[in-house]
Amino acid sequence: MSSVRVLVGTKKGAFVLTSDGKRQKWEVCGPHFPGWEMYHVKGSPADLERIYASQSSGWFGQLIQRSNDGGKSWEPVGNEFVYDGVAGTHMWYDGTQHPYEFKRVWHLEPSLTDPDTVYAGVEDAAMFRTVDGGKTWHELPGLRCHPTGPTWQPGAGGLGLHTILLDPVNPGRIFIAISAAGTFRSDDGGETWQPINRGLHSNFMPNPEAEVGHCVHRIAHHPSRPDVLFMQKHWDVMRSDDAGASWYEVSGNLPTDFGFPIDVHAHEPETIYVVPITSDSHHFPPEGRLRVYRSRTGGNEWEALTCGLPQRDCYVNVLREAMDVDSLDSCGVYFGTTGGQVYASADGGDSWQAIVHDLPAVLSVEVQTIQ
Amino acid sequence: MIRVVLPTHLRRLASVDGEVELDVAAPVTPRAVIDALEARYPMLRGTVRDHVTRQRRAFVRFFACQQDLSLDSPDSPLPEAVVAGREPFMIIGAIAGG
Repeated sequence: MSSVRVLVGTKKGAFVLTSDGKRQKWEVCGPHFPGWEMYHVKGSPADLERIYASQSSGWFGQLIQRSNDGGKSWEPVGNEFVYDGVAGTHMWYDGTQHPYEFKRVWHLEPSLTDPDTVYAGVEDAAMFRTVDGGKTWHELPGLRCHPTGPTWQPGAGGLGLHTILLDPVNPGRIFIAISAAGTFRSDDGGETWQPINRGLHSNFMPNPEAEVGHCVHRIAHHPSRPDVLFMQKHWDVMRSDDAGASWYEVSGNLPTDFGFPIDVHAHEPETIYVVPITSDSHHFPPEGRLRVYRSRTGGNEWEALTCGLPQRDCYVNVLREAMDVDSLDSCGVYFGTTGGQVYASADGGDSWQAIVHDLPAVLSVEVQTIQ
Repeated sequence: MIRVVLPTHLRRLASVDGEVELDVAAPVTPRAVIDALEARYPMLRGTVRDHVTRQRRAFVRFFACQQDLSLDSPDSPLPEAVVAGREPFMIIGAIAGG
């Protein structure tokens, strides 16, 4: 019997939502770590019972929690994130150089094959890795020490490395995204990196087509076709067919191409989802109507998905980490809002129901499909 | 025996109820108390002070005997009442926000 486990990180704790394969009735477990900001909770593809969670607080700093039983119980593991060598500087909001300072872990990406290996994307932007189940973390300094590093400037939310995609076809290939430096690719397991931002255009930059400096909000790919990347940028929805070597816009008929999450259908690599948000100054859906947009053509042609979603007086946001899909035969799509709702669709987005209505603001949603 | 009061979040993290009691060799200072605390409860490393700089986190404060000791040197001797165990060394999460 198949089942689904939805891991939800919120501003005030983590929640584990479970259902059978019908995805109609849900059990809500939590809050785990009440009162803490849970930036990301993600399970290992190699061991579904192994889950890692990023727990942080403005008072008490960063912690990492690990579960070995599917989120029923947790243990704190290593939380020492120290930059390798001289931390150096990045560009501050006023254009001056600013010392690198570790603030928090935004994203945890477990290895596709080893439950003890996890990559961590942190603020100020850098990538760390553990190979011992989270006990110790070591930086992969090639990213932070990239020659463009001193030109990286934080987005409004900080200089966060927020997206990590591991390539299941090409061993050693990793894609990451940093706000607001852009997208980078490694072909050697994270030792060296190259910016992959050609084709992006950001009007707020002195050179709108510079090699780095773009505010990339999220990238996604389908595991069967990892060289095809989709991107939700600060403005613009973009696509690359060559592993990021070049990008082109696929915003098409979206009501607005500003937004945060983007994701790909589990079985249809050309079917993608975004949640358009009014603008960079109005972080809520256009016209107060919460709509997921789906393209079955890999972009450009989009349809609004509204059945079961509030179509009036809705002014929530959907953050970059707060959307995921399951891999059941009828692909499930899930997203959480800053209003504390987690919506689920068991039919690829045609219809939606709120699993929960009143959680704290949702920071992340990750789904485990248990066959 | 040094008595230490932890804020709620750190008590829960360390899985302790009430005060923590620590053996701390003289001289008893904030640094020595935190060293002993982290040795007994490794999961608290990095939560009271920074891993690298060993500086107190900005929103964590130290109190004892109705005195704010937060800005004292971490190597200053703690009050005799704390050393004798009559008063606790209090680690407080600063009140912030509206």
